[in-house]
Amino acid sequence: MIPIEYYLWLSAVLFSIGVLGVLYRRNAIIIFMCIELMLNAVNLVMVAFSNYMNDAAGQVFVFFIMAVAAAEVAVGLAILVMTYRNTKSTDINILNRLKW
Amino acid sequence: MTLNLFYFLSFVAVLSALMVVFSKNPVYSVLYLIITFFAIACHYVLMKAEFLAVVHLIVYAGAIMVLFLYVIMLLNLNKDTEPHKSSILKFAATICAGLLLIVLVGSLKGAELLIKAQPAGDSAIGSVKNLGKVLFTDFLLPFEIASILLLAAMVGVVMLAKAEKKLKINE
Repeated sequence: MIPIEYYLWLSAVLFSIGVLGVLYRRNAIIIFMCIELMLNAVNLVMVAFSNYMNDAAGQVFVFFIMAVAAAEVAVGLAILVMTYRNTKSTDINILNRLKW
Repeated sequence: MTLNLFYFLSFVAVLSALMVVFSKNPVYSVLYLIITFFAIACHYVLMKAEFLAVVHLIVYAGAIMVLFLYVIMLLNLNKDTEPHKSSILKFAATICAGLLLIVLVGSLKGAELLIKAQPAGDSAIGSVKNLGKVLFTDFLLPFEIASILLLAAMVGVVMLAKAEKKLKINE
């Protein structure tokens, strides 16, 4: 049986790598992938606690996170395709005209 | 043995997650992200959540990553000519992520002492039977709301991705 704190640390590292990717890159597709990475870090710690507490509710929450992630990716990529059609780029710095 | 497997899978997951961030080509990023998802699915198997591992593989590696690859192919982004942030911004991003990691590890330190591990029951909680029972009794309303969310997302995607003539704002 692996101690629960190992999973907590692994999830913290994966989540931080996701945050690093969001801050580090300018390509919107990479930023989406890093958001997926953060969601997966949370999923991992939820399954770890579900196993630790012997409670199935944590695993059911992971299902809902997966459903929300799928919807988010579909809508986000559609928005990305639409902005690419208009600006011919996926650079997020071009999207600063959204604030006008 | 299990601990060695855990170390190996964690190493693979963290290394390929770093490669997602630092590889120049978006296609390589997607492939490294698939490796990360495989490692996480193996972690689920290690935690006796086999059904969740299979669902994770199907949904993430099978559906979401294919969607990413399709969009990269559609937008023709498989080149290394992406503009990068200035090095001072990259340095600041690395410092911020490192500080966040320190805060997370510091706040999670000792959290395992606050809760007690429950002894494992006779039934496997990660089995399809048990998960289905919980999903369709305690979580029936969220399940239906999730179906509405997916329907709304589908309609929204079709509306957004449809070629729109009047919305052109070329400068």
